Amino acid sequence: MDSHAHGLSSSVQNGLGGFYLVCALMNFGFAAYFHFQAKNRTQVAIWGAVGALFALMSVAYFGHFGWSLSHGIKDFVDRIMNPVSYFAISILALAAVLYFRRFFTNPIVAWSVLMITLFCSGFAMTDPNFTAIITKPDNVPIVILIFSVGYFTWLALRLAVINDDRIARGEPPMEKLEEDKVLTWPDLVYTELICMVVFTFALVVWAYFLKAPLEQPASSAKIPNPSKAPWYFLGLQEMLVYFDPWMAGVVLPTFIIIGLIALPYIDFNTKGNGYYCFNERKFAITTFLLGFIILWVVLIVLGTFLRGPNWNFFGLFEPWDPHKSLPLNNVNLSDYFWLYGFGKSVGSMHWLIRELPGILLVLGYLLLLPPILAKTILRDYFIKMGFIRFFLLVTLIQFMALLPIKMVLRWTINLKYIVFIPEAFFNI
Amino acid sequence: MAIGDWIRNSQVWKSIFRHPAPRDRRNRIVVMLTNVFLHLHPVSVRKSGIALSYTWCMGGITFFLFLVETVTGVLLMFYYRPTLEHAYNDILSLRDVATLGILRELHRWGAHAMVISIWLHMYRVFLTGSYKPPREFNWGVGVILLVLTLLLSFTGYLLPWDQLAIWAITVGSNMARATPFMGYEGPGAKFLAIGGVELVHSGSDARFLLLGGRFVGETALLRFYVLHCVALPLAVALLIAVHFWRVRKDGGISGAL
Repeated sequence: MDSHAHGLSSSVQNGLGGFYLVCALMNFGFAAYFHFQAKNRTQVAIWGAVGALFALMSVAYFGHFGWSLSHGIKDFVDRIMNPVSYFAISILALAAVLYFRRFFTNPIVAWSVLMITLFCSGFAMTDPNFTAIITKPDNVPIVILIFSVGYFTWLALRLAVINDDRIARGEPPMEKLEEDKVLTWPDLVYTELICMVVFTFALVVWAYFLKAPLEQPASSAKIPNPSKAPWYFLGLQEMLVYFDPWMAGVVLPTFIIIGLIALPYIDFNTKGNGYYCFNERKFAITTFLLGFIILWVVLIVLGTFLRGPNWNFFGLFEPWDPHKSLPLNNVNLSDYFWLYGFGKSVGSMHWLIRELPGILLVLGYLLLLPPILAKTILRDYFIKMGFIRFFLLVTLIQFMALLPIKMVLRWTINLKYIVFIPEAFFNI
Repeated sequence: MAIGDWIRNSQVWKSIFRHPAPRDRRNRIVVMLTNVFLHLHPVSVRKSGIALSYTWCMGGITFFLFLVETVTGVLLMFYYRPTLEHAYNDILSLRDVATLGILRELHRWGAHAMVISIWLHMYRVFLTGSYKPPREFNWGVGVILLVLTLLLSFTGYLLPWDQLAIWAITVGSNMARATPFMGYEGPGAKFLAIGGVELVHSGSDARFLLLGGRFVGETALLRFYVLHCVALPLAVALLIAVHFWRVRKDGGISGAL
């Protein structure tokens, strides 16, 4: 972060000046909270100093002599980023936040994480490739999504930690302390009114300052590269890397919808109804967070920011080079089995014999695994839940696990398809 | 006599609001019972159930954004014709010529915000366990509403008829031709044949039904327009009514009965 910014345009400099000014004000506000409310001198000094640092950077960028991120750091980030490290880091981060939730939900820790994130984002925005993607009008919602999901996850986990402590002490959760009723008018209707006014204002400001995108008129002759679905479906489009369209676009989304609707009928745990908690619902919450954060939001962010021409993976600062080519040497399971295992060529085989290992594997996974689980490690669940609930739960989790399983198989042994019957478009 | 009192005592005012201003307990209850819109709410609510840190207000914001989309959408329909000849140019003039040139922006950003707020609403409902009995059914209604919201956004994405629109919809609708048994490139479709004649081909499959053609063209534009402006909003409005009604009947937004 040392090299001087000669290439930064004045609009980027001004934008970053404003960005750091907001960061500075946020920290001064945080310091003011410790000064007036919490009366904590140390914290006032720390956040006052952080605010001053941001203010200095704001002045530097407004004066058009701000720094830009050095090539060494950019190259390093691009080099360590790939789908594997991206997913590994995401899953490890989620696991760490859940396991050390008491630490991470501490407001000071959470604030520090936010400030480090903002600090790094500011530097990242000195890179033209990064700025070009992040400020595309239709990508702005995803930036909002990242920060709002982060904030609300923090908020929910913090309230959960507090309630878990209370429940452990034999006290009711905080929500139960406010069981008494208040009149809807004025308490609720005025909250709603204020909310509407605030959101109307925010929406008008957003609409005024950011124009809705409008590209060239539609032409079926000019195919853009990359062609991307709307951002909220980019998680599904990312699944196309690992599955054929009938799985990624039809079967798996159908299972997501079925799974969500079935969720209240599967979850037989009567605790945790109407208050935030974690300890009483560890399995349910962890599974849901895996689905929502990792398999939905993280996939969308990947599809939006890190997938470029030909759906190739590009690091945060890597220019989107349409000629980037990656070696594709993916192998089907039938090849692994017959060619590498028995030295037989699969070319002349009947498809049923060729794909028998894969078909048996899939059938075994879907039909044999649930009863085996019911007999062994999940026996208690099976007894508590009953036949239908248990098999529904296991089947849904099996389908949810298909994507991670396929990912790991692709990354480790370059597996393309488990079952490959192109004659019937039946590839898994 | 102050002008305010004069108005409040007039026959017109009293015919609309048939009770005094909601300043005391009795009239604060009456106002909730006599106004059809306020009647969406119960008369009283649990104190914990209206704390912003608890509800995040995301369901309310989603509904508010639905109203914003309806109002701006109706206004946009005055300017927009869903034909190959006019669609793109109408959007251009909306930006460059029409008064209040932020109408499309309000509609587009409102739609993006609605997708995010409905996800966060679901997230909150899950994390507070509010889908648990007796609210299992209403959670299911909410899931359908979420899917319809995504479909609303998706169908609206095509209407500007620019490169962004047509290719995003092409990528999205290409999935439909891989639907098992119902898409011509889907598994099983080839087995649906009578006397060697395939029943499911590119002119009869799920994608054709969606687009009204073999590619994203004028028929697709019309279908998406009608879905976006009429069919889906009606379905959403109906389900919102059920959703809100059940929130009340199931004993508020969360907690055991």
